[in-house]
Amino acid sequence: MFQVVMFNLTNGLIVGAFYVLMALGLSMIINLSNVVNFAHGNFLALGGYFAFMLTPYVGFWGALLISPLLTAVVGYAIEQILIKHVYARNHIYSLLLTFGLGFILQDVCRFFWGPSPLPLGIPDSLSTPITADLFFITWYRVFMVAVVIVAVTGLFAFLRYTRVGMRIRAGTLDLDTVSALGVNVAALRSYNFAVGSYLAGLAGVLAAGQIGLNPNMGDDLIMPSFIAIIVGGVGSLTGTLLGGLLIGVAAALTTVFYPAASEAVIYVIMAVVLLLRPRGLLGEEGMLS
Amino acid sequence: MNALLRHKYATTAIIWALLLTVPAWLPVFGGYTALAGRVLVFGLAAMSFNLLLGFTGIMSFGHAAYFGLGAYGCGLFLKYVSASTPLAMLAGTLLGGIAGTLFGLLLVRRRGVYFAMVTIAFGQVCFYIAYKWDDFTGGYDGLRGFARAALDFGAFKIDIANNSTAFYFFILAVFGGAAVLQALLLKSPFGRSMLAIRENERRARFLGLPIEKHIWLSFSISCFFTALAGSLYALLNNFADPLGLNYIMSGNIVMITVMGGMRAFWGPLIGAVLFVALQDYVSSMTTNWMFFVGLTFVCVVLFFPRGLMGMFQKGART
Repeated sequence: MFQVVMFNLTNGLIVGAFYVLMALGLSMIINLSNVVNFAHGNFLALGGYFAFMLTPYVGFWGALLISPLLTAVVGYAIEQILIKHVYARNHIYSLLLTFGLGFILQDVCRFFWGPSPLPLGIPDSLSTPITADLFFITWYRVFMVAVVIVAVTGLFAFLRYTRVGMRIRAGTLDLDTVSALGVNVAALRSYNFAVGSYLAGLAGVLAAGQIGLNPNMGDDLIMPSFIAIIVGGVGSLTGTLLGGLLIGVAAALTTVFYPAASEAVIYVIMAVVLLLRPRGLLGEEGMLS
Repeated sequence: MNALLRHKYATTAIIWALLLTVPAWLPVFGGYTALAGRVLVFGLAAMSFNLLLGFTGIMSFGHAAYFGLGAYGCGLFLKYVSASTPLAMLAGTLLGGIAGTLFGLLLVRRRGVYFAMVTIAFGQVCFYIAYKWDDFTGGYDGLRGFARAALDFGAFKIDIANNSTAFYFFILAVFGGAAVLQALLLKSPFGRSMLAIRENERRARFLGLPIEKHIWLSFSISCFFTALAGSLYALLNNFADPLGLNYIMSGNIVMITVMGGMRAFWGPLIGAVLFVALQDYVSSMTTNWMFFVGLTFVCVVLFFPRGLMGMFQKGART
């Protein structure tokens, strides 16, 4: 029993960590640009495939560094070419645009790398279990959680201490004032979108090492990421962080006791939060409501 | 009668004339009657959705849930309860409509992107239930093992089960009834208040309209009509598909509406014509249909945001 609970708890933390990476990127884009990026899961897949392409040349570690950056560049370019044109319009257009974009990116992955799943090689040092007792916890899993912690810490530091980060935070609160103070809001949104894409790409590399690659690998993560944002509260990144971990662990623990409900439980959590605390756990009153 | 009104009546007359004569002219263009049935079903779903998007100014991205629930309700009734087509449709409509009404209670205070996100999430709940509840709903394979039954009026029977032309006219009759109800709704004082909320929610509130209640009501009505379309869809295919509940289906409904023109009453029907034709054509030409459908979405958003009907309307905004 201990092993079963431990297995699912660590699983939940890892799954939760993925939700957090995905949801933080999504959340940043929603907060500053008011765009729900449906294609976010496809950016994740893109990150994974970039790593697959780069690993033979630069190894896993090199790919881990480079592929998220490439994903960020692609995200930046897509924002410049397509998404920035719909900021001023009704929200329905940005939803449709990113929705269609997701279709396109998915078929592009299928076109270049084929429809069948591909493995991403990880270093041998990471694929061994940490102890014989807890054989299911490989070093890779520990490593994934460590990377997520570093990335999230890095993100919060970036938002707190750099000039662009501070402007992003300020823009989240009051974009008009930030604009009136002479900040180039269009550029700010582009950088912000690139940072969000970077996080998705990073999640993609990590996920590819664990579960392998396929063109629709991001699809299963996009809904839980939405829910992480709703549960945590729109407008609060700390809330998103909390929401992601909460639903990851809750889903995994439900698997122990009642596997059929493991996906349903995150929706139940969302419904309860909406009923009792409509703004989300850490959301601010009136934010996007 | 002013020009605008004349234009409106002419459009309506042309559309009805075309719809009533489908079995005569569609085969000439290489279509088949079931295709026209699909157009009407998607058209009705999108018109019902448009009560919300185009006429109340609220965007739901989860209408597949009510469409799919309508289909499942209808199918489950035919399979487990009784082989009566009208009662099965009633069951489907009630299932989807009531689910929408209940979800609506949790939704009415949300706005904008947040509203859309919560509707997507609710839609996925229904998808997962249909997907996971294998022994009742057929799970991943969808619900099979039911078939639409002939209409029995006592004195005479209409064989919609085997006669595809009769079935088309049955769908058209249901569609027509729903369209008339929707048109009357939009003309009613309640319909005017929906427009008021769309145009300026704050001013409508100052005028004393109970905004939340009206949005809830409008959401609920839209869900009932969408579920009705869903129940027709189950009859059309003799099959209910869990993917019909998925957010991708919701996206398609939104797309149909926008492509046809969300500020025009008949816009979504025109959108359904385009969508069904595109789907039928592209999936027969290439396996990379996602790429082309996605490309269409992107192009419509960037270049034709007012949709086909919107191009003929003056002063329509995006």
